[in-house]
Amino acid sequence: MSDRCYLATRKGLFTVDRRVSKWSISRATFIGDNVTLVMHDSRNGNLFAALNHGHFGIKVHRSTNGGETWDEITAPQYPPMPEGYVPKPLPFFNKPLDWALKLIWGLAPGGADQPGLIWCGTMPGGLFKSENNGASWELNRPLWDHPKREEWGPNGAEWPGIHSICVDPRDSRHVSIGVSTGGVWITKDAGKSWTQTGGGMRAEYYPAEQQGDPNVQDVHCLVQCAANPEVFWVQHHNGIFRSTDGARSWTEIKDVKPSVFGFPVAVHPHDPNTAWFVPSTKDEKRCPTDGRVVVNRTRDGGKTFETLRQGLPQEYAYDLVYRHGLDVDESGNRLVFGSTTGSVWISENGGDSWQTVSSNLPPVYAVRFVKP
Amino acid sequence: MREVSGATLGEVLDAYFRDNERARGYVLDEQGKIRQHMVVFIDGELVRDRDGLSDPVESKSIIDVIQALSGGNE
Repeated sequence: MSDRCYLATRKGLFTVDRRVSKWSISRATFIGDNVTLVMHDSRNGNLFAALNHGHFGIKVHRSTNGGETWDEITAPQYPPMPEGYVPKPLPFFNKPLDWALKLIWGLAPGGADQPGLIWCGTMPGGLFKSENNGASWELNRPLWDHPKREEWGPNGAEWPGIHSICVDPRDSRHVSIGVSTGGVWITKDAGKSWTQTGGGMRAEYYPAEQQGDPNVQDVHCLVQCAANPEVFWVQHHNGIFRSTDGARSWTEIKDVKPSVFGFPVAVHPHDPNTAWFVPSTKDEKRCPTDGRVVVNRTRDGGKTFETLRQGLPQEYAYDLVYRHGLDVDESGNRLVFGSTTGSVWISENGGDSWQTVSSNLPPVYAVRFVKP
Repeated sequence: MREVSGATLGEVLDAYFRDNERARGYVLDEQGKIRQHMVVFIDGELVRDRDGLSDPVESKSIIDVIQALSGGNE
């Protein structure tokens, strides 16, 4: 089981360690800086932190000693636009998309057979690959040059982005990604070609005749079960979806209390039927229903849900949890989540009960366990 | 869904809001332009003239007024 996790927050990166049975913060790094994402690479222990400096742009730092020291490495860079190319205007905003890095929104190590390979999803929609542990990055052109990529829409930010990257444990060349807003895309040849999936998803923020278009699906978070990689879960802008055929088709899970809106989802690494969500009331009311922070857990593939609340605040709490703000360890027993109001909770029993790590942190953007 | 008449988006919305003045300020700003994070479709097509509301509307057109994904508060 994992005894350490990292928290990427608006004002720093925090290390949280388990001591006997209590979890507490043991280190604070990048204090004052906007750390938008953290990734631990279990293949070699490397840590990556993505920073979004207000003035100076997006930067990447790497630690090879468990977070004791960090070095700034190269950040992904978009290439120049081809001569004569006129980008399509972004849907809704009606202005052309900059070919410039706006945010690092997804980081995932490649497979065990791909040492040094790291995938990086970004805003405004580029997927980058490094084959040397982040020393250099290359934009994946087949996806970027796909005509449907130009139709991707914005989300809470002004630009589309890739936030979820799932490397198939059976075949590292098989990668599935979640795009907001642009649905689910799959490559089976390590990024040489891409297919869009998403049949069965529904976008209620579009007129009726366009609601089934795979390219307008606002996937908030996409996760794949390690033990049964045919099973994927999605927390979507207007609901929860599940696939049991390798993300090709999707079934909506309805009538979930207190709500189906939210950002993160985590799937049990050994049990494809068990998944956790942190519900928020709805799109226009992004806070826990009735001021009560809860975690929803299904153990039967979404037929039923338990609303878990032991140890979580049950009055006047308005914590929102972002898409990278929830994680499960390799055992499936330990979970961590962190909120926009700087609270962090950890469970050691699959969510049955929770202990508070802090209630005073900066807004939490991402939480990640160190996994073996 | 309500049926209202008008030859342009502006006329249709105006007819709709006449019976519901408060809704006007949720969709349009004080200059009568579509709010930045609202989207309006006419028969499934995004409205072109978001400021002047001059897009033509057919007698059987369906107008969808939807909150954009971009406007949500965090």
